[in-house]
Amino acid sequence: MSDWYRDFANSGLGATITKQLGLPRPVELRRFEPGQPLLPGPAVVGSAGQGRLQEQLTTLLIDAGVTVSSPTADGERLSAVLLDATGLTGPADLAGAHALLAPAVKRLAPSGRVLVLADPPADADSPAQAAARQALEGLVRSLAKELRAGATANLVLVPAGAEAGLAGPVRFFLSGRSAYVDGQVLTLAAADVPAGQDEDRPLAGRTAVVTGAARGIGAAIARVLSRDGAHVVLVDVPAAGESLAAVANEVGGTAVAMDITAPDAGPRLARQLLARHGGADVVVHNAGITRDKLLVNMDADRWNAVLAVNLQAQLDLTQALLDTEGALKAGARVVSVSSQSGIAGNRGQTNYAASKAGIIGMVRAWAPAFAERGATVNAVAPGFIVTEMTAGMPLGTREIGARLNSLQQGGLPVDVAETIAWLAQPASAGVNGQVVRVCGQSLVGA
Amino acid sequence: MAAQTRKAAIVGGNRTPFARANSVYARASNQDMLTAAIDGLVARFGLQDAQVGEVVAGAVLKHSRDFNLTREAVLGSRLSAATPAYDVQQACGTGLEAAVLVANKIALGQVESGVAGGVDTASDAPVAVNEDLRRVLMELNRAKTLQQRLKALSGLRPGHLSPSVPSTSEPRTGLSMGEHAAVTAAHWGIGRTEQDELALASHRNLAAAYERGFFDDLVTPYLGLARDNNLRPDTSMEKLGKLKPVFGKGADATMTAGNSTPLTDGASAVLLASDEWAAERGLPVLAHLVDAQTAAVDHVHGGEGLLMAPVHAVPVLLARNGLTLQDFDFYEVHEAFASTVLATLKAWEDDAYCKETLGLDGALGSIDRSKLNVAGSSLAAGHPFAATGGRIVATLAKLLAEAGPGKRGLISICAAGGQGVVAILES
Ligand SMILES: NC(=O)c1ccc[n+]([C@@H]2O[C@H](COP(=O)([O-])OP(=O)(O)OC[C@H]3O[C@@H](n4cnc5c(N)ncnc54)[C@H](O)[C@@H]3O)[C@@H](O)[C@H]2O)c1
Repeated sequence: MSDWYRDFANSGLGATITKQLGLPRPVELRRFEPGQPLLPGPAVVGSAGQGRLQEQLTTLLIDAGVTVSSPTADGERLSAVLLDATGLTGPADLAGAHALLAPAVKRLAPSGRVLVLADPPADADSPAQAAARQALEGLVRSLAKELRAGATANLVLVPAGAEAGLAGPVRFFLSGRSAYVDGQVLTLAAADVPAGQDEDRPLAGRTAVVTGAARGIGAAIARVLSRDGAHVVLVDVPAAGESLAAVANEVGGTAVAMDITAPDAGPRLARQLLARHGGADVVVHNAGITRDKLLVNMDADRWNAVLAVNLQAQLDLTQALLDTEGALKAGARVVSVSSQSGIAGNRGQTNYAASKAGIIGMVRAWAPAFAERGATVNAVAPGFIVTEMTAGMPLGTREIGARLNSLQQGGLPVDVAETIAWLAQPASAGVNGQVVRVCGQSLVGA
Repeated sequence: MAAQTRKAAIVGGNRTPFARANSVYARASNQDMLTAAIDGLVARFGLQDAQVGEVVAGAVLKHSRDFNLTREAVLGSRLSAATPAYDVQQACGTGLEAAVLVANKIALGQVESGVAGGVDTASDAPVAVNEDLRRVLMELNRAKTLQQRLKALSGLRPGHLSPSVPSTSEPRTGLSMGEHAAVTAAHWGIGRTEQDELALASHRNLAAAYERGFFDDLVTPYLGLARDNNLRPDTSMEKLGKLKPVFGKGADATMTAGNSTPLTDGASAVLLASDEWAAERGLPVLAHLVDAQTAAVDHVHGGEGLLMAPVHAVPVLLARNGLTLQDFDFYEVHEAFASTVLATLKAWEDDAYCKETLGLDGALGSIDRSKLNVAGSSLAAGHPFAATGGRIVATLAKLLAEAGPGKRGLISICAAGGQGVVAILES
C-alpha cells in the first residue's frame, strides 16, 4: 500500500514545503528482511546504577554481529542505545539514564532504537526504588514522542529470574520486526527458554493456525509465519474460500474453509490438526469483524455478531484445543489480535471495543495455566493499519488516522504480522499474558 | 506389477460452484476452471509442489487448442510441474471414467496417488467455422501459386460466414438429448408430477446440504460465486408446475426447464490415493472405489433409450460383486433429466424388461427413495458435462464417511452416444 504523503514529504519539493510548513515528515521505516543483520550500525550499552544485565546485553549484541561502541565516542551514528536500569535504587540514579541517553540519542540514526531494561516497579524494595523504576515509563514514553525519523523507544521489565528469556525480546525490539512498535512496556516472566533458535527460520517444523487468513492482516500473518518456516493452516469463512485457497497456495499451507462461530468449529479444527499435522504449535486468532453504530442505535444482531466472532469464538476454539489431548503441542503459542479500540475505546464501536477489551482479559486470565504447560498466550493490539479497508476511508479521516502517532504514519499489515511471528518464536517463552500494541505509539489511548 | 490389487481411497474433492451457462463464468475457459478446481484441491490438502502420480481429466466441449487440456491445467496449477497428465472423454461419463482410470492404476500399484477431474463450459464453447468455409481455407492453405490462391478464394460464398455452433444433438439421430429423453419418458410412462417432485427434492436436498456446511470442504468459490447459481432453495411444486414443456409432444410433453438440467459451466477434481499414501500425509480416507462398469446401448437401431445404458451396467456390476440393488445406503443417480432417473428406476422394477432386455432372472426391484441423491444432484446443481462425475464421487464419498465405516453407495451416470458408467464406493 503506497503512502502518498510519506513519498511526497520525502521528495525534493515536498521536503522543502513540509519543512517550511512544520508538517510531519514521516520516513520509510526499517523493516525486517531475512538475512538482514540485527542492526545496520553500531550500538552502545550503558547503565543507570549498578545493573545486572549490561554484560549479558553486550554479549548478546556481539553474538549477533553488532559492533558495540563506546557511549562517549564521537562520530558514527548509532543504530541503538541500550540502557540497563536494573540497578536503580532511587530517583537520584535516574541521572545516569539522562547522562547516557542525551548524547546517544543525538547520534541516533534513522529507524534507530532506544531500549531500556529495568525491574518491575511492583517488585521494588522501597517506595523510592519503585518510584525510580516507574519513572522510566514516563521517560521512555516521552522520549518515544521526541524521536524522529522512524526511531523508537521501548521499555522491557525484567523481574529477577527472568533474565534467561531476555534475548528474544531484545532482538525483536532492535530488529526491523518491531518497526511500528513504539513507546511500549513489556513485562517478562521467568520461563524455560530453549537455548538458541535458527534466527532465519525460527518456526521451522512448526504448524501454525491463522484464522481470518484469506486477506488483510491475516494473510500477512500467514506469509510471515511461512517465511519464518512454519506450515500454516489457514482458516476463513467458506465464502472467502477463493482468496483463502490463493493465499494457502502462495504460502504452501493448508486451507480450511470454516466459520469459527460454527458450533462444531473447535472440535473440527482440533481433529484436523491432530490427524494431519500432529497438533498445532501456534494459534493466531485474527478473524474479526466490525458492525459500527452508536450504542443507542445498535440492534442486538450487530452486538451479538461482533461478540461472537471477535471474542466468544476465540474462547471456544482455544478451549476445544486445550481439551483435545495433543491438539496444542508442548510449548504452544497462542496470539490473539485485539485492537487499539479495545484499549482506548472508540465512538461507534461499543460492541467492537468490548470484544477487543475482552480479549485482553482473556489472555491475562489464561496466562498462568499456559505457563504451566510451557506455553504462552498474548494479545497484539494494532493501531491504524493501512489495509484495503482503510484505503476505502475518506481521505481526511484516513490521513488524520494515519498521522496521529509518534511515527507519523499508518502501520502495515506486515508490522502486525512480524510482532505475532515474534511472539510465536521458541525464544519468546518469557513473554506471557502481555498486550503488545503495534500502533507507532498512537496518541489514542496511549 | 503388484501381485495383488488394492482398493483406491478417495481422499477428498473440490469443485467450483457450478454456474448456468453465459452467467458468472462466461469468460472463463475450460483450462481456467480446471486449474481453479485443481488449485482448490491443492490448497485443501497442502499439495503445493507435490507430484501426484497422474492427473486425468477431460471436457466434452473442447477447443482444438485444448488438445492437452489437463496437462496444461497442471502446468498452470500449484502441483509440481513433474506431474504427468492426460485427457479422457466419454461424454457425461468423463468425470467418473477419469476416477475409475486413476483408481485402477492405484489398484495395480502403478501410481500411489492421482487426481481425477472434469470441466465443461457451454459459455466458452468452441465455435468452428462453417464446414464449407473450412474447405476453402484448407484449399487456400495448400495453394502454391497466386493463380491457385485466387481460384481457391473464388469458392467463397457469403453463407460461409455463419459459424458452426456445437450442439448437444446426437450425431446419428439428429435428435437432441432432451428429445431422446422424452421418447424414453413416454415409453416408460413417466408423468409430469413425479418429475417435478424429483426436481424439487434435488433443490431441497442441495440447499439443505449447503446450509449444514456439507460443501464447505468440497467446493471453493470461483470468480466471486460461492454456491451453484442454478440452485433455487425456494422453488415449489407450484412454481415448477407452471413451466411450459420444452421436450416431447402433446400429452407426453412433460419435460420442462425445471425438470431438465440447464447448460452449465464448472469444473471438479477428486484426490485418490493408496491408503498408505494418504496415511503418510495424515490425509483422510473418505471411502474406497470398489468396482466400476460401463455399458452401451444401441439407441440408433436397437430400440433402447439413449440414456438407458446405466440400467444395463448396474446388474453386471451387482453380479460381479455379489450384491443386490437393495444393498446400498446411498444411490447417486445422475439427474440428466428427472425422467431419466425415474425411467432408470422403473426399468429395474420391471420384471419383463429385466428378463427380456437385461437377460436377468427377474426385476432388480425398487430402491428406498430416501437414499437417492440425498445431497442434491444435477437438476439443482447444474451439469457441466465432464465435471459431474467428480462432483458425484466426492459428494458420495463424504456422505459415506459421515455415515461411518462399512457403508456402500452406488453411482449411475448416463452419457451421450448411448453410454453409461456406474461404480460402487464403500466407506
Ligand atoms: N485493519 C486495522 O486497522 C485493524 C486495527 C486493529 C485491529 N484489527 C484487527 O485485525 C484483525 C484483522 O483485520 P483486517 O483489517 O485484516 O480485517 P479483514 O476484514 O480484512 O479480514 C478479516 C478476515 O476474517 C475473516 N472472518 C470474519 N469472520 C469470520 C468467521 N466467523 N470465521 C472465520 N473467518 C472470519 C474474514 O472473512 C476476513 O477474511 C481483526 O481482528 C481486526 O479487528 C485491524
